[in-house]
Amino acid sequence: MAIIDEAAYGRFRERLRDYQQLVGQFFGGPGLFIVFLGVGLWALISRTDAFVIGVVAGSVFALGAIGLTLIYGVLKFAHFAHGDSMMLAAYLAFFALTGVMVGERTDTQVLPWSLSDLPGATEPILNFSFGYGLLIAMAIAAAVMVAVFILLDRLIYRPLRRRGSSIVTFAIASLGVAIAMRSLILILWASFPRFYVAGIRPTTDLPFGVRIVTDQIFIFAASLVLAALVYLLLFRTRLGKAMRATADNPELALASGISTDRVIIWTWVVGGVSVGIAGVMLALQAQLKPELGFILLLPLFAATILGGIGSPQGAFVGGMIVGITEEVAVTLGFLSPGYKFSVAFVILILILLLRPQGLFGAKT
Amino acid sequence: MTKLRAVLGADGLGGRLKGERLLTPLTFLVITATVILMPAERSGWDVNGVINFLAFFATFVAIYGIFALGLNVQWGYTGVFNFGIMAFFLVGANTAAIITKPPASSEYVQYVGGFGDKLAFLPILGSDQWLPFLFGIAGAAVFAGVLAFLLSIPTLRLREDYLAIATIGIAELLRRITIEEPGLVNGTRGLTGIPRPLGDLVSTSDYKFVMLGIAVVTLVLVYVAVERGIRSPWGRVLRALREDELATAASGKNVFAFKSQGFVVGAMIMGIGGAIYAYANGAVSPDTFTHFFGTFIFWAMLMVGGSGNNKGAVMGAYVVWGFWTITLQLQGYTSEHPGPLGLSLPVVLQSRIFFIRDFLLGALIVVVLLLRPQGLLPEERRVSIWVERHAKGPPGARPPPAEQAESPPD
Amino acid sequence: MTAVLEASELVSGYGEVEILHGVSLRLDIGEIVAIIGPNGAGKSTLMKAIFGLLKVKSGTVRLESEDITGMSPERIVRKGMCYVPQSENVFPSLSIRENLEMGAFTRRDGFRHRLDEIYALFPDLAQRPQLRAGKLSGGQRQMLALARALMLDPKVLLLDEPTASLAPKMVDDIFATIRNINQTGVAILIVEQNAKEALSICHRAYVLAGGNNRLEGTGPELLASEEVGKLYLGT
Repeated sequence: MAIIDEAAYGRFRERLRDYQQLVGQFFGGPGLFIVFLGVGLWALISRTDAFVIGVVAGSVFALGAIGLTLIYGVLKFAHFAHGDSMMLAAYLAFFALTGVMVGERTDTQVLPWSLSDLPGATEPILNFSFGYGLLIAMAIAAAVMVAVFILLDRLIYRPLRRRGSSIVTFAIASLGVAIAMRSLILILWASFPRFYVAGIRPTTDLPFGVRIVTDQIFIFAASLVLAALVYLLLFRTRLGKAMRATADNPELALASGISTDRVIIWTWVVGGVSVGIAGVMLALQAQLKPELGFILLLPLFAATILGGIGSPQGAFVGGMIVGITEEVAVTLGFLSPGYKFSVAFVILILILLLRPQGLFGAKT
Repeated sequence: MTKLRAVLGADGLGGRLKGERLLTPLTFLVITATVILMPAERSGWDVNGVINFLAFFATFVAIYGIFALGLNVQWGYTGVFNFGIMAFFLVGANTAAIITKPPASSEYVQYVGGFGDKLAFLPILGSDQWLPFLFGIAGAAVFAGVLAFLLSIPTLRLREDYLAIATIGIAELLRRITIEEPGLVNGTRGLTGIPRPLGDLVSTSDYKFVMLGIAVVTLVLVYVAVERGIRSPWGRVLRALREDELATAASGKNVFAFKSQGFVVGAMIMGIGGAIYAYANGAVSPDTFTHFFGTFIFWAMLMVGGSGNNKGAVMGAYVVWGFWTITLQLQGYTSEHPGPLGLSLPVVLQSRIFFIRDFLLGALIVVVLLLRPQGLLPEERRVSIWVERHAKGPPGARPPPAEQAESPPD
Repeated sequence: MTAVLEASELVSGYGEVEILHGVSLRLDIGEIVAIIGPNGAGKSTLMKAIFGLLKVKSGTVRLESEDITGMSPERIVRKGMCYVPQSENVFPSLSIRENLEMGAFTRRDGFRHRLDEIYALFPDLAQRPQLRAGKLSGGQRQMLALARALMLDPKVLLLDEPTASLAPKMVDDIFATIRNINQTGVAILIVEQNAKEALSICHRAYVLAGGNNRLEGTGPELLASEEVGKLYLGT
């Protein structure tokens, strides 16, 4: 007499597998959105302070992720130098603003004239902490980063592309670039933390008893504006559509008469501008510190992959989710604040397992 | 990626320098000469001092060589793109430390483990000199291996760049844990006073040579083991996998299992490296393990020396660590103590020599990828032990015939 | 009859591997010419070499007497020759309309007008122009691929296995469309695995094997030929 009814057991296992598949599909699809919305709403209501800080942190991640997702989508490689590029941009803006570098042992004034010498350049605009000098510095930093990116592409990435290198080669190369950038910052500006503006910064009171530094509104606005601009570029302009086409299928793009070379240059241009803005905003939100660049890589990549590679709106949403989740997670009691960036890592793994194409990406 | 390649013209490996055959021996010579002559000159040709210095230098070359070998197994042979070497380094070093140290005694120093006293149980002369340390090495290897195995389940199926990011995250998470949980390995202060294997045999001043011996012996053992392993049937499947995953799967091999095994073996080797590092350094702390020093530097060593090549891995360790040490030496050349030919660094450079070194290392990696991606010692064609033993003529004289991967002894 | 496209003694391949060992063909104005042959004969390679996607080691390609050997695809497209790859021949994340826009990328003027003309030729595509191309069925995608290539009003159209992996009904539709396109004056060079169908709509055909010209003749001639029948038509 059989103790186990083989047929029934088989059917049970099959049903179990079906349920497993259903759950996987649910959480990989609509379920994910529902979970995020639900958790987001709960966080907004019960952890409002952390939520708001998370939005600001998320803005910085979003700013970086927008550039990263574009480079990842069109050029097809993980730009490991992105975080350090942001930091380099931040320091370039600092230099344009103050003209200061590290000399023999302490800071020295390297430039005879810098932006802060312009009349009223450091006078705070509105309720922010910075004056128009910082904005000009940001523009200069963005321009320099565009030049740097194009130079690096010509010197390093294009030869590697011509050679048909694998994504591994590109990853290691960009890592080398990242290290070079960070070391350059350390050589020129040393490792102690710096700030664009010294002293206490003005705050604003928001509803529901939340108080934030006014600069943070600017940072959030910047991320929204950049996301919108890049979206418009990609979906409403000829160049943008050509970029998306090249990202989809470079050979077909070439066969359609699109100059992939020019598309690549423009990708680096947008990437450079976004890195310029992102870096300055990062330094405004936190501080200027050389190590921040590499630390940022994890949340940047988490945001990019979560949002879906190639999607600026995905990068924005992804950045927000990562930022909010990080801040809220450490309020839960069992995680100490040091684990903040590991939260991004957990999000990354979950997304790769559940929905590798990201929220706004297409299933390949 | 394939499309982009095809569109923009794939024309094979680029970059042939003139006098290419001389590159490797020349590099070796330059590094060796500088490593010997620089400290010699600085110390006023004090032979003893130079020998001591070289002993330290060689010890760490051996230790980093072990890491490079482990990475070569993971990447060069199995094709797993691990950017989280730091994790296995950390686990190996800490495990060896807590196994060999005596139990945590004061309230300021907390950690788990501390079996140092209890492990000397064999009734052999002075077993407290070597037995606990063998346990330490074994423990390091086991924990690193287990970690690798656990990681392989969710991550090994990922595409390489995703795998790289995931491994960075894991390494960072592990480091975070050691910092945030002070009861584990004493948090940010780390563990000091790690006992020395065979420490009582010689005087303290001579100990460095014993340590050197230990490191070199371990390196040789690992090297031989890997060389053997890679020529075994198991090793051949591993390499077939790296060349063409699809074809290997089609011939019925469980691709995932082999990848996982390669990953775990490589991780265990890194764990061993971490253990020896802990013994040689005497202390470990979270600051020791940075992404730059715990991961990137080993990739630099492998890329410079030659990926897919065990000799290359060790060579790379030698060259990169030599370069590292030389820049450290350069720091000593100030205007008060000029070097040969009056060489002295202006203060402006001297205070940042470390950053300049890091910059050069980053640039070096890029240059290597552009100009000599195969490294100093390119990948050798290995066939099998059987063929090498029985084939007529020197191996490599004729390209070996295309082989079917045999079933490995499971 | 003047040749609108002419290839002479083309030698080409991928990197070090040589696939074409000196292939020649001619396409006259208003013709449909088919290239058939066994797998690995080099048919697709020939097309890519003509279109500048592969390096031509020796030999020439002439478009309306102009030497275009080795010219980049961007420039060839401007000269009036367009190419439809066998697979991955649309941009999946772009909408139908955007795909057509990209097809006309180098066009300065008359885009709207041409778009309407194309919509007339391909009524199915006009139905939902905002639909993402990745969501289309195999047959619809082939239609879109053809339409994309026509946006520039080319004189010559290169089609690489347009009916590969399509259902028989779609195969008929595609061939009917190809005939329509030809009626509007476009000369078409078509590589086909489906030898029988290709031979029945073409004016002339070349049989390629092992990277060399094997046979040449009109469609009916080759259809009737015993040799072709045995080797490629399964008769």
